[in-house]
Amino acid sequence: MNGPHDLGGQMGFGPVAPEKDEPWFHTDWERRALGITLSCGAFGAWSIDESRHARENIPPAEYLAASYYEIWTRALEMLLERHGFATRSEIDAGHKQLAPSTPKRILTADMVTGVLARGGPCDRPVETQPLFQPGDRVRTKNVNPVTHTRLPRYARAKSGTVEAVQGSYVFPDDNAHGRGENPQWVYTVVFDGHEIWGEGSDPTLTVSIDAWESYLERV
Amino acid sequence: MSEDHHDHDHHHDNRYSAMQARVKALETVLTEKGLIDPAAIDAIVETYETKIGPRNGAHVVARAWSDPDFAEWLDRDATAAIASLGYTGRQGEHMRAVFNTPDTHNLVVCTLCSCYPWSVLGLPPIWYKAPAYRSRAVIDPRGVLAEFGLTLPENKKIRVWDSTAELRYLVIPERPDGTEGLGEEELAGLVSRDAMIGTAVAGVPA
Repeated sequence: MNGPHDLGGQMGFGPVAPEKDEPWFHTDWERRALGITLSCGAFGAWSIDESRHARENIPPAEYLAASYYEIWTRALEMLLERHGFATRSEIDAGHKQLAPSTPKRILTADMVTGVLARGGPCDRPVETQPLFQPGDRVRTKNVNPVTHTRLPRYARAKSGTVEAVQGSYVFPDDNAHGRGENPQWVYTVVFDGHEIWGEGSDPTLTVSIDAWESYLERV
Repeated sequence: MSEDHHDHDHHHDNRYSAMQARVKALETVLTEKGLIDPAAIDAIVETYETKIGPRNGAHVVARAWSDPDFAEWLDRDATAAIASLGYTGRQGEHMRAVFNTPDTHNLVVCTLCSCYPWSVLGLPPIWYKAPAYRSRAVIDPRGVLAEFGLTLPENKKIRVWDSTAELRYLVIPERPDGTEGLGEEELAGLVSRDAMIGTAVAGVPA
């Protein structure tokens, strides 16, 4: 979707303003928000793709005004409601009213080290051979899906060169919507700055994205 | 945050205090439902505050500078090479190392969210997740680098890696001159988090 999250090339946000000796967290609720989000992810009820899409669905004015842990928390509330773990009324009241859905897994303290060390690999085998090879010229498709995609707007309908075949991975555009993992080959595709940004762009710039095979067509 | 906290930005304070209440309510509901274990949250936070951070990545860089075979392995199979030093897991499942050279400087961004190699750099800084960096890194990287105090030679190529899939990128900065005699630990001390994102270069020995 063309949501507020798709920020590449937008203007007007001001300087980056790095903070010297930034702490890991700026306030205690950020600690809890991180831990709650990861704990609920362990339910196995939704994928990282569905959670990214939930974040993208926050209305633009709210998304851009929110800190990142606030974005996470708002999206988590959506996911908890959607999957029957908590209602809006419960979250607003701050207390249990109904029995929840049963998750596949509840993360307890003794499991944390193992779960974080394993992570969630999303490479999956596919039966096809890669359509493209390093050095091939490709063009990204001109698409504007209302659903989740990982093809940023600035990199649509642009010609570039395949630099690497990176393996085959879960296809987020399907997986975010419960349509299955449907893995595809992923390629690193490099674009000249001029191809993306046109006149006046930095002549020393190249930008790459990691693109699923169905984002690409041969030129 | 208390009512008498008056020092600077009230809008900011109000927003933070509203979020504190909202997150507290969420944790309470989920705990009452038996869905989360508050001790697991403590363990997650402790892991990311004390165990997983940019010293992991600096160790990888120092090893790559010291050991050409490791550097070659890192180039070919970063996930395995990094795992050999004990760094694995969440948001580091599929790693790629990109090497700065005299010709090319690498810069990593995630324009679509905040993809970041947690296993080697820890949790991302606020600026990495915020719109200013995510919007401009791909269109005006030199302007962004200037805000970090880094000015590259005009003819140096800039390669920006937008982390749009599940590959996570670690920049291997160029080894500074005058470090020939240094051991791995001293070398690692020259490698900042920002140097491994690409918004800085490695430090020089004091």
